[in-house]
Amino acid sequence: MSKGNFTRRSMLMASATTGAALAMPTIFSSAVWADGHTGFTNAPGDSSVTLGFNVPQTGAYADEGADELRAFRLAVAHLNGEGDGGMLNTFSSTVLDGTGIMGRRVEYVTGDTQTASDAARSSARSMIERDGAIMISGGSSSGVAVAVQSLCQDAGVIFMAGLTHANDTTGKDMRANGFRHFFNTEMTGRALAPILEGLYGTDRKVYHLTADYNWGWSQERSIRAYTEGLGWETINSVLTPVGAGDFSSYLTPVANSGADVLILNHYGGDMVNSLTQAVQFGLRDMQANGKNFEIVVPLFSRLMARGAGSAIANIHGSTNWHWSLQDAGSQAFVRSFGTEYGFPPSQAAHTCYVQTLLYADAVTRGGSFNPCAVVEALEGFEFDGMGNGPTLYRADDHQCFKDVLVVRGKENPENEYDLLEIVEVTPRADVTYPVDHPDFAEGQLGTCNPGA
Amino acid sequence: MEAIILQILNGLDKGSAYALIALGLTLIFGTLGVVNFAHGALFMMGAFVAVTLKRVLSISFDTIDETRIDFLGNPMVVSTPYVEVWFGPSVGGTIIDWAVPLAVIVAIPIMALIGIIMERGLIRHFYKRPHADQILVTFGLAIVLQEIIKAFYGANPIPTPSPEAFIGSYDFGVLLGFDPFSIMYPYWRLVYFGFAAVIIGAVFAFLRFTTFGMVVRAGMEDREMVGLLGIDIDRRFVIMFAIAAVVAGLAGVMYAPILSPNYHMGMDFLVLSFVVVVVGGMGSLPGAVAAGFLLGVLQSFASMSEIIELVPGINQVVIYLVAVIVLLIRPRGLLGRKGVMED
Repeated sequence: MSKGNFTRRSMLMASATTGAALAMPTIFSSAVWADGHTGFTNAPGDSSVTLGFNVPQTGAYADEGADELRAFRLAVAHLNGEGDGGMLNTFSSTVLDGTGIMGRRVEYVTGDTQTASDAARSSARSMIERDGAIMISGGSSSGVAVAVQSLCQDAGVIFMAGLTHANDTTGKDMRANGFRHFFNTEMTGRALAPILEGLYGTDRKVYHLTADYNWGWSQERSIRAYTEGLGWETINSVLTPVGAGDFSSYLTPVANSGADVLILNHYGGDMVNSLTQAVQFGLRDMQANGKNFEIVVPLFSRLMARGAGSAIANIHGSTNWHWSLQDAGSQAFVRSFGTEYGFPPSQAAHTCYVQTLLYADAVTRGGSFNPCAVVEALEGFEFDGMGNGPTLYRADDHQCFKDVLVVRGKENPENEYDLLEIVEVTPRADVTYPVDHPDFAEGQLGTCNPGA
Repeated sequence: MEAIILQILNGLDKGSAYALIALGLTLIFGTLGVVNFAHGALFMMGAFVAVTLKRVLSISFDTIDETRIDFLGNPMVVSTPYVEVWFGPSVGGTIIDWAVPLAVIVAIPIMALIGIIMERGLIRHFYKRPHADQILVTFGLAIVLQEIIKAFYGANPIPTPSPEAFIGSYDFGVLLGFDPFSIMYPYWRLVYFGFAAVIIGAVFAFLRFTTFGMVVRAGMEDREMVGLLGIDIDRRFVIMFAIAAVVAGLAGVMYAPILSPNYHMGMDFLVLSFVVVVVGGMGSLPGAVAAGFLLGVLQSFASMSEIIELVPGINQVVIYLVAVIVLLIRPRGLLGRKGVMED
């Protein structure tokens, strides 16, 4: 009987080598994250994964929050293979197959941001620490987005921002773990300025009313840079307190200021009130400097336009997405959402739905729930079929670059949803700004944080 | 000069709302001794009476229009209001268009009932409790009412326009010899100012020239003595609570076209109205009205960009600044009775 040299040690060595050899393709395709699903915050088990949807359920943006939540529910249903699949059928990436995320059923918890940074951080923290959420998404305010994004960075989870339009979210306050699909005020300026030039010429005098907080300042800075670039002169700029309600004191000086354009850098209830009251004060009927007086609302939202009623007629602004778009992705989403809820989705719903699918797709392509794998999969990701044409998640700032819509309030809407009409689809190339743009250059992504 | 006239008009308009709410607050404090933090909610509920009436008048039946398609590509469902069927499109349309003025009539019994339920159901149990308890319970009630409204109507503002006849602005510039368009003021805001003047006048006349009012005023001076004379002053005070609720509600109804109603609008007005009451003098009805208009005008002037440039942020603090000064110099308020809230 010969004694072979097959020892326990050599068997272990052989096993390890074989294992390593088998794992080689995965190691190279999924970088260092193929070590499975441990070593990061809230690593999911084998059966399910929990996402955290942090939306305003109370406060001034509760209606937008409710629409975001509807979209999240729909996205989860589609990821789990329920319903008609929505944009999964049109998304250019085809790794999502309706079996959850990497074979795990998607579950979710919700939080209430109350459109207040502290409350939003508190509910996000609770979803991460108590409920085990591995990704946080949603929100309808830039202040909230910046605050929650920072929390997610520290906690080691991914933040897929909801409706946030201030430049700072992917500018000064950008974070490696945070991603924004929604457009920003710089893009609004780039998209809107050529349309305004075509409509109102190059010789205009502008009066700005600006909401006195992060987003308002960002919006004014951007639109002002582009209108002044057209040759328009800024006559005055007045900061208004958020939630002022009655803007009459701010509106009455406009008529005698020498301005012939009023730009309302307001959103939400402020936009509804300031626009309605500007129309009540006869500004739309006025002539100034021999021209028709015009009003511009840089950021339009259908939900808010509904509040302003007939005052929106012929007012121009920009929006991230609109349900009347005819591309296959938009049509699929509107069909799913409309069939489920009985009315078309808002732009807030659209961005939240898309962000959820993009996260699931990134996890699947990256082969891991590890936030750093997700970051790697999303950075520089090019996709289509999600309603905005070919889109890029730019690696340098985690901002999506895609077409931007310029819209106009309809004069004779046929129903309560038919409020805006698309005037122009500004191509992605025209709204893309350089990484070193002064309004964004201050920010640093830093490195991704997997937590744990 | 045009700017000054415009800000005075703005102030009178804003002051009208402050005065109406403060009038109700003062009535309740003067009669029942209760600091009612739910009073702003009554203003908000008045605005939602207008919203509700408009919706009720717009109740429709649906028909399918095969020639048009909806957002899902299905045949369009067209809604036709019943009132347009019953009274014809022209008259029916006018009835819906005039929903806000009609809501004034509807709001009177509704707000009176809400006031009585509020007083009998909750507030009367807190008459003998400290003011802090009253503030807490009425503030809690205001939040409950807000949330009920939000649950039914959502959080976003609901456009509730004035009748077509009052849309547009009056050009005071031409009237006063200035340039056209230099002093434009919306018709509905002028209507609101006139309406507020009528309501304030009616409340004062009621208290001044009726026996009921005389008893109430006597009760406000010395409740115990009126009781000893065999008069059921409590019953009259309950009615005064209902009247205060009606005044706040009517202020809200007519304000709906100015500020699209939302569930939070009452709270925005409440705090300022309390300052108005304190500046005017707790328990003083003329004081509440005078301070309402005074602070409305001051706030409008403080919101002028020239003033903000001189003193940044003055628009947000001017009312509180005036309140501090008045309380330092004259703790009882501008027209407050001696001895009331001077401790």
